[in-house]
Amino acid sequence: MNLELFLVQLLNGVSYGLLLFMLAAGLTLIFSMMGVLNFAHTSFYMVGAYLAYQLSVWIGFWPALVLAPLLVGVLGALVEQWGLRRVHKWGHVPELLFTFGLSYIVFELVQVTWGRAPVPYEVPSGLDGPVGWLQAAGITFPLYRLFMMGVAVLMLGALWLLLRRTRIGLVIQAALTHPEMVEALGHNVPRVFMLVFGAGCALAGLAGVIGGNAFVTEPGMAGAVGAIVFVVIVFGGLGSLTGAFIASLLLGLVDAFGKTSSGSLAGLLTQAGFELTPQTFGYQVLAMTVAQVAPVLPYLLLVLILILRPRGLMGTREN
Amino acid sequence: MSELGELRFKPLNFGRWVTWGFTAIVFVAAPQFFGSGFARALLAQMGIMSIFALSYNMLLGQTGLLSFGHAVYSGLGAYFAIHALALIGKGALVFPVSLLPLVGGTAGLMFGVLFGYLTTKRAGTTFAMISLGLGEMVFAASLMFPGFFGGEAGISGNRTAGGPFLGIAGLTFGPDIQVYYLIAAWTFACMIAMYALTHTPLGRIANAVRDNPERAEFIGYSAQRVRWIMMMLSGFFAGISGGLSAINLESVGSGALHALVSGGVLLAAFIGGVLLFFGPILGSVVFVFFAFALSEYTPAWHLYLGVFFVLLVMFAPGGLSSLILLNLRVAKSGRFRRLRDPYVGVLGTGLALAAGIALLIEMTYHVTLGIGTGSSVRVFGFPFDTARSESWVFAAAVAAASAIAFEYMRRRFMREWDAIAVEIEDWRRDNPEEDK
Repeated sequence: MNLELFLVQLLNGVSYGLLLFMLAAGLTLIFSMMGVLNFAHTSFYMVGAYLAYQLSVWIGFWPALVLAPLLVGVLGALVEQWGLRRVHKWGHVPELLFTFGLSYIVFELVQVTWGRAPVPYEVPSGLDGPVGWLQAAGITFPLYRLFMMGVAVLMLGALWLLLRRTRIGLVIQAALTHPEMVEALGHNVPRVFMLVFGAGCALAGLAGVIGGNAFVTEPGMAGAVGAIVFVVIVFGGLGSLTGAFIASLLLGLVDAFGKTSSGSLAGLLTQAGFELTPQTFGYQVLAMTVAQVAPVLPYLLLVLILILRPRGLMGTREN
Repeated sequence: MSELGELRFKPLNFGRWVTWGFTAIVFVAAPQFFGSGFARALLAQMGIMSIFALSYNMLLGQTGLLSFGHAVYSGLGAYFAIHALALIGKGALVFPVSLLPLVGGTAGLMFGVLFGYLTTKRAGTTFAMISLGLGEMVFAASLMFPGFFGGEAGISGNRTAGGPFLGIAGLTFGPDIQVYYLIAAWTFACMIAMYALTHTPLGRIANAVRDNPERAEFIGYSAQRVRWIMMMLSGFFAGISGGLSAINLESVGSGALHALVSGGVLLAAFIGGVLLFFGPILGSVVFVFFAFALSEYTPAWHLYLGVFFVLLVMFAPGGLSSLILLNLRVAKSGRFRRLRDPYVGVLGTGLALAAGIALLIEMTYHVTLGIGTGSSVRVFGFPFDTARSESWVFAAAVAAASAIAFEYMRRRFMREWDAIAVEIEDWRRDNPEEDK
């Protein structure tokens, strides 16, 4: 693998990882605050992509970039207010099941509104094509991917500032650990919950807006990324933003390099001096290239961390 | 001592014999009442789904483990059973076809040992996500090894390959009625086995681990090991259901491992209710009705199932079985007569509301997904022209009018229901000795 290709894959991996982190960040925020694993989180990601497609047809991409996440956020807040809050009294499992059922309904509603085939949600013309200055250095990298990375970094920086440096962030952080105390001080904790849920969904929506045209906007997109995002937050340690960040980047890089690598265990063993023939036991498995097993790699990483460190990378002990 | 009465060994439990005897009669008699091939196929599916959902409930209801990857055990069980069937057909293996579910069950058990070790390291939400990840992994891996899994098309077998059962001429499991009785026998046996398990010390300690793992650890049980053992046994029964479906369909594709199957069994168990043993059986009947019968009539059945599920989670998290039990309690106290009129009102307007909304949904599906040709869609046997605005106005009017009436009836019903609930609680408090 030459240096240019390596750099391109590195950038691809980082941009996908950042997108994963946008999803994982909202999910982690909601989880650590409300104890609810939002199964429908990637459904909001999908809704964000479809809304952005629809709005960009009507009023253009740039207004859609702002409006679509806001709409998804409002939708999320409504779901919390009218659905989740009512289920809260039954406990966490019904809450999880509520969002699970919601993902079914959103999947169907998206299909009935926009059809079963992918919609032509395209990269805006200003951001089409490769990056000029990288092109000059001999590296072909899509400008839109760079834009994705920029949006993700900006958004995450803003989130960090909001949580760490503002009064609202202070209240949210306090409500995470001491909801009763915060309530006693006169803050409306259920409304804080609603806002956090809405904000988490808006984050997912924004990821949908910038991810929908980089990849494909289709009804299967929520399910495709859903399992990976869950791997990210278990791998990083449930409830840890730092862990989720590391895990997102790692899985992004594994995805980018895994898909293009043609190495195999058989190749490695042959280089090490072993004689391998198609008759060797397990040759079929040994001869599989990394690219062929790429779809399972995230889950193998999950299994690995469960064996080595069951609580996840940065997770705390249960209870 | 009277408090320990339930735990003591009872030589003859009359009610239990009646219940199981009645269940057996239902299994034997059902095909006589539903004679068509389609109805028999539905009955067979209901039996298989019942085993699957009961095995799922060993985790969710009894051990408190919410799994999103239960298709792994039924699917792999089905694959091992179909490969065994193929070997029987080739003459390489001598094994009765009627016992093939045991092959599936053993495979499910083995994978329960393997994957259960990993998944049960964590409980709660983390377990849910790990099970989802493992389910996705097995599904992705199944597409990678077409030799064993047969890709999308899958592996086929022939269930008559083993020759006649016990040498009885004609009993080859070829005709669907014979397969039905084979499935019914397995379902009945598995139901009894799983019910018996809930009364063993293991079943009881699983309940303890579900309710308070810390206390279970303090009295000397490893919570993780209890979860692991329950996972193995659950995998065993899930494998049996997979083996039965391999015999029933004579083919297994990678779809058997898909997340939709895992989601389906979760829906079935929860719809029926996870708190009572028979809940998942009831849920399987409803689920199979949605997935196999309703899907013949409408493409929107996923939406109906999803909405039905969400409504249950929101308003009756104990599932249908808990609703039945609550009504039985009212009937037992002799107050059901007072609920009759409110029930008629709330069910009548509720059905009208559902019909109005279903009409709107059906017409929308017809227009946007372009199913069939022309603008006419048949709903409840009546043709509706989606191109004419009158149909839409009519549907919307039915939905809106019945929504208002339903809300009024619902409030009336809830007033009466709450009043009765308070009366029953008062009565139980005043007559503790008569309550039982």
